[in-house]
Amino acid sequence: MSTTAGRATEQPDEEERRGGFSSRRVFILAAIGSAVGLGNIWRFPYVAYENGGGAFLLPYLIALLTAGIPFLLLDYAIGHRHRGSAPLSFARLRRGTEGLGWWQVGICFVIAVYYAAVIAWALRYTFFSLDLAWGDDPEGFFFGEFLQAGDVRVTADVVPGVLVPLALVWLAVLVVMALGVQRGIGLTSLVFIPVLVLAFVALVVQALLLPGAGAGLDALFAPDWSALTSPSVWAAAFGQIFFSLSVGFGIMITYASYVRRREDMVGSGLVVGFSNSGFELLAGIGVFAALGFMAQANGQAVDEVASGGIGLAFIAFPAIISEAPAGALLGVLFFGALVIAGITSLISVIEVVISAVRDKLDTGRLTATLAVGVPAAVLSLVLFSTTSGIYVLDVVDHFVNQYGILVVALVSMLVVSWVVRALPGLGAHLNVHGRPRVGTGWRLLTSVVAPVGLAVVLVLALRDDLAARYEDYPAWLLLVLGWALVVALPLLGFLLARLPWRAGTHLDGPPPGSDPAAPLHAPATTAPTPHDRPQDEGGPR
Amino acid sequence: MSTAAIVMMVVAMVVIWGGLALAVASLLRHGAVEERAEGPRRDL
Repeated sequence: MSTTAGRATEQPDEEERRGGFSSRRVFILAAIGSAVGLGNIWRFPYVAYENGGGAFLLPYLIALLTAGIPFLLLDYAIGHRHRGSAPLSFARLRRGTEGLGWWQVGICFVIAVYYAAVIAWALRYTFFSLDLAWGDDPEGFFFGEFLQAGDVRVTADVVPGVLVPLALVWLAVLVVMALGVQRGIGLTSLVFIPVLVLAFVALVVQALLLPGAGAGLDALFAPDWSALTSPSVWAAAFGQIFFSLSVGFGIMITYASYVRRREDMVGSGLVVGFSNSGFELLAGIGVFAALGFMAQANGQAVDEVASGGIGLAFIAFPAIISEAPAGALLGVLFFGALVIAGITSLISVIEVVISAVRDKLDTGRLTATLAVGVPAAVLSLVLFSTTSGIYVLDVVDHFVNQYGILVVALVSMLVVSWVVRALPGLGAHLNVHGRPRVGTGWRLLTSVVAPVGLAVVLVLALRDDLAARYEDYPAWLLLVLGWALVVALPLLGFLLARLPWRAGTHLDGPPPGSDPAAPLHAPATTAPTPHDRPQDEGGPR
Repeated sequence: MSTAAIVMMVVAMVVIWGGLALAVASLLRHGAVEERAEGPRRDL
């Protein structure tokens, strides 16, 4: 049964009020911009190297095809069919599931707060690259002179060198968000994604020309087939695909809701999924070619210099830049790519929150941007421009990723598949204009294979965190900023779901005019047809 | 580079970048049909 909170006469204006991408190309670039983030550049190469090198390709591709792309298509179907932010889409799917959407919104808010800090570091390092400001000791420079990190404790001692670029990052992001879906997010993606790809191709070419690059590539691609017998390697592949594709925490639901109704969401999903992996492969080649050079220059083996994450970006790469010919160019390309990849991901994360606020309350774009962006920016500046910023960031990032994103994605997938039993209806929606068509295989992958893959990743992570304190941080820090935070987010989500929707919001079922099979200029119906709900019954078939 | 590493690198490139090329080609082909159906609103 359909429920409309308030006047039904507001329905025809909803699409116009929410805004949307002007074309499929803009949507695809925005989705690629969201998926391609810092993790593609600094996480994938090391995960691949650590988990069998060339042999890792097999579980990686299997994870992409059996879990990553099917899950991506699920998010697309939910958002595109229900044409709302994550909470609104879930509310339209089934009222009782709205809290899942707010849980995802909460996770995105937390991620935005700390993700901006890493972009700010990369921005600063882009300029440090010009004069090799880190000197002979990149590690000491990063933790000491730059971050001024002391003992592990939460402080209010501000580091101006982080505060200023962080404020600039937030200013830029707020301007983009205030401009709206097409003029802000769309145009930013349209310009920056090609720039990112060109910059990284230039970096890879430069890295491949360095002496020792071959040894680096050999370390990355030489297959260790015995690794395939280890469950942790398969879990690493599923985890990498999952974290890299930005699925399961509201981003792709939100972006898909901005796509016109007669679009090929399956084909778009395949392009986005393979683009994301294509960029990861490019990053792996560039990073390990550079590491090979560094190993040769220092007379070491590649395994002695290989690293990932912050260590790769802010310690290993500065060392490479210092020693490489035309190192400043390499540095600008590398850190510039990090900034662009980070910004396009950050705007997708913050859009999840802004979109939800706009859908729930009767607010304009600018008001919602300020209502979300200013508190996020202030929190970000207070927490991460201090001498304890890196510790707080490390703990929050670890727990929000492992037990925030992973759990909400798993729960959402199970609820949609097995509780709401929405897969047949969502598959039918994708098939109206989508090619290749999705069928029983997609439903099986989405309801069984992908959840099992994620569950294994989750169990292994939980086992590690219960066996030993993460990075030996103090227990109180892990309790407050880790466990308490990940428990609070779902509670907050289901509390927010109790707030009333703005007047005129259509709930329970896809909104009028959302049927992609309907003629373009057909008059919108005032309520969903009886076919809308029954399609959602019957479980994953 | 060892032969095995070269082979795996080439396989990775062919599968992932080849998969991307196929996905783009498929979308463009299907997009052309959609363009005729909906007129000038389509741009890909």
